[in-house]
Amino acid sequence: MAKRTPLEVSVAVAEAAKMADVDVVAAYPITPQTHIVETLAEMVANGELNANYIPVESEHSAMSACLGSSATGARTFTSSAGQGLELMHETLYIGPSSRLPMVMSVCNRALSGPLSVWGDHSDAMAVRDTGWIQVFVENGQQAFDHILWAFRVSEDHQVLFPVMVHHDGFHLTHVIEPITLPEQEEVDRFLPKPRYPYALHPDNPVSMGCYAPPFIYSEIKRAQDEAFRSPEVKQSILKAWEDFGNIFGRYYMPVEAYRTEGAKVLLVTMGSFSETAMVAVDNKRDEGKDVGIIRLRLWRPFPYEEVRDLVKDADIVLVLDRCISPGAQAPVYSEIRSCLYQEENRPQVFSFTGGLGGRDIVVDDFEQMIDKGFEMLQNGSEKEFEIIGVRE
Amino acid sequence: METFSVYVPKLAPKYEGLVPGHRFCIGCGEALAVRLASKALGRDTVITCATGCLEICTSGFPQTSWNVPWIHTLFENVGAVASGVESGLKAQMRKGKIPEKKINSVGMAGDGGTSDIGLQALSGALERGHDFLYLCFDNEAYMNTGVQRSSATPYGASTTTSPAGKVSIGQKTWKKNLPDIVAAHNIPYVATACPSYPFDLMEKVKKGAETEGPAYVHIFSPCPTGWRYPVDLTVRIGRLAVESGVFPLYEVEDGSYKLNFDFPKLRPVRDYLKAQGRFRHLSDDEIQNIQQRVEKEYKKLKVRCQET
Ligand SMILES: Cc1ncc(C[n+]2csc(CCOP(=O)(O)OP(=O)(O)O)c2C)c(N)n1
Ligand code: SF4
Ligand SMILES: [Mg+2]
Repeated sequence: MAKRTPLEVSVAVAEAAKMADVDVVAAYPITPQTHIVETLAEMVANGELNANYIPVESEHSAMSACLGSSATGARTFTSSAGQGLELMHETLYIGPSSRLPMVMSVCNRALSGPLSVWGDHSDAMAVRDTGWIQVFVENGQQAFDHILWAFRVSEDHQVLFPVMVHHDGFHLTHVIEPITLPEQEEVDRFLPKPRYPYALHPDNPVSMGCYAPPFIYSEIKRAQDEAFRSPEVKQSILKAWEDFGNIFGRYYMPVEAYRTEGAKVLLVTMGSFSETAMVAVDNKRDEGKDVGIIRLRLWRPFPYEEVRDLVKDADIVLVLDRCISPGAQAPVYSEIRSCLYQEENRPQVFSFTGGLGGRDIVVDDFEQMIDKGFEMLQNGSEKEFEIIGVRE
Repeated sequence: METFSVYVPKLAPKYEGLVPGHRFCIGCGEALAVRLASKALGRDTVITCATGCLEICTSGFPQTSWNVPWIHTLFENVGAVASGVESGLKAQMRKGKIPEKKINSVGMAGDGGTSDIGLQALSGALERGHDFLYLCFDNEAYMNTGVQRSSATPYGASTTTSPAGKVSIGQKTWKKNLPDIVAAHNIPYVATACPSYPFDLMEKVKKGAETEGPAYVHIFSPCPTGWRYPVDLTVRIGRLAVESGVFPLYEVEDGSYKLNFDFPKLRPVRDYLKAQGRFRHLSDDEIQNIQQRVEKEYKKLKVRCQET
């Protein structure tokens, strides 16, 4: 029987990697990811996890070692955050283009400067176009679940793309939550052993990572993108969630709707703040306001159809970003807006940015955002953008 | 010499890990060295390759010159990728996912990819004690990008970013001693080699591959394009470097130094320098300066061989 225990979310993430029976972990410590890699190192030291733990000397080397490990067919896990993810930057493009499966938990953290170890989505947005499958989770249980899910999707022969599971630094990593841990037998049923088809091995020599002259580079990149946005990949993502639900009883979707029925004003959020926003939505519904929320879970490949479908009856869409794009529109906002631009009845889309560098967004803030949404519904708005929760 | 050409093909392993049809320049010392190394390594090898001449000349998609499994990802991370390859194979063997077998994990990079941008990844991999072999093909500059200086470029050499000019002799710094830096990691096996001494090179590569734990072979790889000498002189240039003491061939086994080729009297450095365009501008005084430095370093090495 699965058991529900209080666990720090970081420990739960490590527990998931252990239950996935990873072969290789290569990681470099950075706040707020440290508890994950410490726990994994401890598991290996105690013989609870039969894996090679590579205590690399940098994140650049962490991801590089993961590339090498994955290329031999080993089940490979790493975790990073903020500056670490940025130091990995050039290495992140290699996994998707060489079709190397692996899983990375990203404990979202602001980017220097000024130095901040606290959470926001700047690190995630900086790696948006690296070609990884990316999901955002909202609580500890989802963080645990999505590590298992990510291995299943990543190693599927129809997919073979690496997967990032984003969860908010501190707001998730360092909190203790009740988490349901499944039986190993259930995990094994959900997650078959990896069988990478092109593994580096003398029995079947392959050359991996050849350079591409101009006559073929475009074709390779198109093939990569076509595969990434293919129905097969989407199907695999959905099927893994469906199978996960059937075995573990928790079902997930690319975009989750909450109280969207008849909603004129819709909030769009990503990550752990969604749960706070849901409380605000409940309060406003109690006041009789037609407001709902959609939470983006799948960030890449972007779920265009699902977003369009959920937004089609709304008049005002309020997008919350936890990242600034200096001199341009915030990234989630710009994605949602462009997703809706071709629609015949497109709603007005408004951009809120907040929760930067660990700043909280509380229920009250979300209620104020919702109020602004209804004001816009009545009177329109001159502005398209506002930073919230910031002192003048 | 005639008998040599009769016997050599019989003595060298027939196996080719690097097959013809690659795009190295004519007379490339690096190509020769890699070919010899791949003979010594044999089939049961996985190569991790850095960006540089080696990768560019052997891998233009959709073609490959490699008979052995081979991976290239980036320029500066060979130490780390090879760590991952070694760990991935070992973990899967230990867990019964793939059959137990001795497979050489071998990193290959140029001097730039090793002594400059890739030094951290290499140092990390050496310090962690991975069971792998690292081969540095030292052609003394960033050749792939057009002969820019590296920290392995020798004093006085003119390169595109250390050009000799009216007020400059070219490279102003002395060559970084990478084998020494590697040896300071206290790994079980370090050696220097040169394809002008093919059997010595093959033996060292083989020894390195058989070593348990990290092993490193620094291979002097003359480059006619970057050093500006006629393409038929590659083997000769390598010999002159060794005979003049510019690039001594030695091994460090468990901390103990051994000179493989000692010469009662070193050839003048001038013989080595004058054959190459990159040193053509050097004055007699500068050549004398280099001569002294070479003698000093050579002496230091000999002392170390006696003491260890
Ligand atoms: C991060 C990064 N910086 C710079 C380059 C450009 N670059 C590619 S190969 C190379 C030089 C390679 O020199 P070396 O390692 O000595 O190998 P060689 O080509 O001389 O054999 C440089 C500078 C790169 N590919 N990646
Ligand atoms: S530039 Fe030098 S090292 Fe590169 S292929 Fe040509 S000869 Fe070889
Ligand atoms: Mg070089």
